[in-house]
Amino acid sequence: MSADVLTLRARIAFPGFDLDVAEELHLGGVTAVFGPSGSGKSTLLRLIAGFERPGAGHIALGDATWFDDRRGIDVPAHERPVGYMFQDGRLFPHLTVRGNLEYADRRSRARRARYTLADTIEVFGLRELLQRRVATLSGGERQRVALARTLLTRPDLLLLDEPLAGLDRARKHEILPYLEQLQRHFGTHVVYVSHDLDEVGRLAEQVVVLAHGRARARGPAAEVIGSLDPGPGTGELEVSSLLYGVVAGHDRRLHLTRIDVGGDTVTVPADLRLRPGDRARLRVLARDVAIATRRPEGISIRNVLEGTIAAVACDDESAHADVTVELRSGRLRATLTRAAVEALELTAGKPVFALVKSMSFEDRWR
Amino acid sequence: MPATGPLWLSLALALATTAILLVVATPLAWWLATTRSPAKPYLEAVTALPLVLPPTVMGFYLLLAFNPSSPLGAFWVSVTGDTLAFSFAGLVIASVFYSLPFMVQPLQGAFEAVGRAPLEAAASLRASPFDSFRSVAVPLSARGFLTGCVLTFAHTIGEFGVVLMVGGNIPGRTKVISIAIYEHVETLRYAEAHVLSLGLLVFSFLVLLLVYLVNRRYPFHVG
Repeated sequence: MSADVLTLRARIAFPGFDLDVAEELHLGGVTAVFGPSGSGKSTLLRLIAGFERPGAGHIALGDATWFDDRRGIDVPAHERPVGYMFQDGRLFPHLTVRGNLEYADRRSRARRARYTLADTIEVFGLRELLQRRVATLSGGERQRVALARTLLTRPDLLLLDEPLAGLDRARKHEILPYLEQLQRHFGTHVVYVSHDLDEVGRLAEQVVVLAHGRARARGPAAEVIGSLDPGPGTGELEVSSLLYGVVAGHDRRLHLTRIDVGGDTVTVPADLRLRPGDRARLRVLARDVAIATRRPEGISIRNVLEGTIAAVACDDESAHADVTVELRSGRLRATLTRAAVEALELTAGKPVFALVKSMSFEDRWR
Repeated sequence: MPATGPLWLSLALALATTAILLVVATPLAWWLATTRSPAKPYLEAVTALPLVLPPTVMGFYLLLAFNPSSPLGAFWVSVTGDTLAFSFAGLVIASVFYSLPFMVQPLQGAFEAVGRAPLEAAASLRASPFDSFRSVAVPLSARGFLTGCVLTFAHTIGEFGVVLMVGGNIPGRTKVISIAIYEHVETLRYAEAHVLSLGLLVFSFLVLLLVYLVNRRYPFHVG
């Protein structure tokens, strides 16, 4: 079997909670496991890492079986080629930053391969921190060191357990670029656990949705994110869509980036690290989308996307209507009032213009 | 001026006991701190027995075990040609039992305070269980080791009842400082008793002070 397939069949029961999954994940880039807290995301990662032993199941990466109750296989955690980054970093307080990095580097089985300790220090900008005590690091620095330390085990599979949870917005933005570069710099598969769809939208190629210990959905990120609806077990969830485009250019004076999304141009708050031609992804909240039946003029909203209505779902118990627009580049969901749906006579097949404020993309694209 | 022999004997006994307990109690404390076995409370109770038993009870049973007609006593005689009772080796063995909780309990507490999290982190960095014990659990438990060693050492120096039972009062072999003080008092030589008692008092105070100072000034860091 290809080394890129993660087989995950496992059952495990705790008092008041049980997890039961049967997934075969074709890894490539970042695979996100999304779900509210208590859905079993971390347990899933801990099963893969070998910190929890399933009651029954089969866990394997490619041909390498790590757990199989029927064949009596249970590879101990320290022998699985897995890197685990904990939510709180779990740096060793009795070692300096350098000590923590060397701890991982010394024990790595593939020390000379792929990348060196020096490379990693360079990529994560840790040179200034090397002599520091762990206790003196900021939250963002701590997670940067923790990520670097995990990578120094040269894992075949990198498991990230909510690495941004508990960090404020500024700290998140300090770490996100490193996460986005993982694949390019370190060429390792990533399974990323998060309850934050902004992070998932920015990072993940594919998504598994977990609720109450069961996988509810899986597939390419745009497909899964676009079909997520609030419901039992999803926690606080905002309906949204993920669109893909290509960076067309920057407007440095107005600090905007232009993105070509299926022939339409979308302008978003600039990210000058991206270059024209780079792939971009944008997460659009359904409540940030307005619909017009004619191309509007004299309006502050900069982004007008042409499409046709694919579906309209009205909730007779509330003011909401859920409208799906088929764009040239994908599907866009919009939450409108039922009043607007009636006034504009929105029905499937009708050509419309979807309007999205540029500012609503802040933190939701890259 | 009293003879200094009992003082050196006490120090030798305390050092030997501490060294042996460091080796014996560490795995026991680790097991107690990490096990989910139903046997744990039984072992904890046995370990704590010396805290509540009168030294005479322990001394009595140890004396029986040291008797050359018992398996342990007979084995010792066959190996060394000497009896365990009323010997320095017998004192060391008795002290190891008597001071066991003073080493085990601080270590167990320290290991429990370390918890699973850092050990999981170590495992995720390819450290084997022994490796992660050595490189993470032990350094993070440094205070527990210091406390355990000092308490064991001091407790052994201060031991009286068990020593009297299994060691008697043989100069150069089993006459430790606490016995010497007792003997001086019995024979109304208060001046000598004063010198030894005050010496022990000051020594104990200084050792404890050192521990607390070290604990305060150097929040443990290594590497």
